Amino acid sequence: MVGKLKRKWCAYRRDPKSFVLFLSVCLAALITILALIFIIAYILIKGIPNLTPDLFDSKYTTENVSLLPALINTLFIMLLSLLFAVPVGIGAAIYLTEYARRGNKLVHIVGITAETLSGIPSIVYGLFGSLFFVKYLGLGLSLLSGALTLSIMILPLIMRTTEEALRSVPDSYREGSFGLGAGKLRTVFSIVLPCAVPGILSGVILGIGRIVGESAALIFTAGTVAEIATSIFSSARTLSVHMYSISGEGLYIKQTYATAVVLLVVVILINALSGFAAKKIGGNTLRVSHYAQKDARIGGKNTDG
Amino acid sequence: MKNIKEKVMKLLFFLTALVSIAAVILICIFLFASGIPAIKEIGVFKFLLGTSWKPANNLYGILPMIVGSFYVTAGALIIGVPIGILTAVFMARFAPRSIYAPLKAAVNLMAGIPSVVYGFFGLVVLVPFIREAFGGRGMSVLTASVLLGLMILPTIISVSETSIRAVPESYYEGGLALGASHERSVFFTVLPAAKSGIFAGVVLGIGRAVGETMAVMMVAGNQAVIPDSMLSGVRTLTTNIVLEMGYSTDLHREALIGTAVVLFVFILIINLSLSLFKRRVK
Repeated sequence: MVGKLKRKWCAYRRDPKSFVLFLSVCLAALITILALIFIIAYILIKGIPNLTPDLFDSKYTTENVSLLPALINTLFIMLLSLLFAVPVGIGAAIYLTEYARRGNKLVHIVGITAETLSGIPSIVYGLFGSLFFVKYLGLGLSLLSGALTLSIMILPLIMRTTEEALRSVPDSYREGSFGLGAGKLRTVFSIVLPCAVPGILSGVILGIGRIVGESAALIFTAGTVAEIATSIFSSARTLSVHMYSISGEGLYIKQTYATAVVLLVVVILINALSGFAAKKIGGNTLRVSHYAQKDARIGGKNTDG
Repeated sequence: MKNIKEKVMKLLFFLTALVSIAAVILICIFLFASGIPAIKEIGVFKFLLGTSWKPANNLYGILPMIVGSFYVTAGALIIGVPIGILTAVFMARFAPRSIYAPLKAAVNLMAGIPSVVYGFFGLVVLVPFIREAFGGRGMSVLTASVLLGLMILPTIISVSETSIRAVPESYYEGGLALGASHERSVFFTVLPAAKSGIFAGVVLGIGRAVGETMAVMMVAGNQAVIPDSMLSGVRTLTTNIVLEMGYSTDLHREALIGTAVVLFVFILIINLSLSLFKRRVK
């Protein structure tokens, strides 16, 4: 070990440029990781002592800026957005991979629009939502307007990940299903989709992460009312919007720290979950390749015979 | 019967595929229809090149915001691009497996932290730090640039890492075989070959920096004048919308939507140039 280091050191002495490059690369990685650790540690250390039980009271007042209503509203908006975005995203991905012919013009156009959608800043989504859902469709500042806006925002994400997951399902599965006499629809729903579930799930989890973190798109669509929503037509703030509003007033710095802790914990949990789903994908493709190998072996035997 | 079901579902899938196209068209229609009349009423040149934004006096010039967005984005790139690319090189070519896994998780987590949390961190840590270290009020171009530089890191890192990994191993081995050290081989054969992918990552980072709203608003000071130094306050296109949308009416409101139109066109140009670039590379 020491000998190896010594040899390396001698090589660097003869070639200082390599050493500088090596140092700069390590330094950059160190800055990245330290910045993240600093942000998280700072928020946690300052925030955890402020996590008092009355912040989880079911009622928001100016004396007690409870975050529980906002947390529950976040859950509502999340479920509602997924309700719109997931079926549409999966349906679109199914059309693009299973039905459209290769080189189809529509596939190309949908690809471009999805790319455009994923590049649009959230404030532009917010403005569009307030012009279209709030004003034009007359939904008002409401959970529904907010959720519809967010569902357009996460649609490209869910579409893209589902498309990738569907494409990674080997064609031999489809051929096998057709060979056994199943129709297209049955093949899609009972053969292809189940294999793609982990991939779709990781897309959905990433979408949830975006919903939880979003604030700019929600202020002008779902509004900032700090109470638990009673229906999908009532205005409500999510946790991110809540944190933004109380940080602006300057009176609730402690509570803002506490809210930041809750947001961070949620985000860390979501990340862990998506990591878990990604591992599942790894497992799945492994299994697939195992079958594929078996298929190949059987195929080989047949040609031999 | 079965045939009908197949046909109906095919139609349904087809319709869902059209949703994203419809969304883009609707966004364009609604933004342009509400923004362009206002821009016309104010005058295109007065709107784009006017240096004073005083809604109370009916002055709607967004040049300070355009310049502000440009400064802040450029600052973010100066900080984010070198650190991002070097970190990507470390992850793809230097990190042992035991360091790689936590680093990868950290970068993913960094991408997931909400912008309000970044903004709040900037407000309580970066703003006082810059006030004490460099003077001024602390809410400045510099503060916003540093914060945005951090925020675009994960985008640049993950795209660059993917493209560095996509370079054929033979390039690296060729470098070694000619007697180059590990570092020289990585930097002078692998990195140039990954150039186009890294460039794509930087462009995505630009898009993210231009579009970021809440974090910038919390640390940039938001004065609607062209900043005269790194330490003076700045207002970007995005923050202009959020700051005044809540109470604006009539032409003021439409001028804000006009601001969004300008922002939207900028983003479209960035996206378009990226896809043109990708096609040229192919």
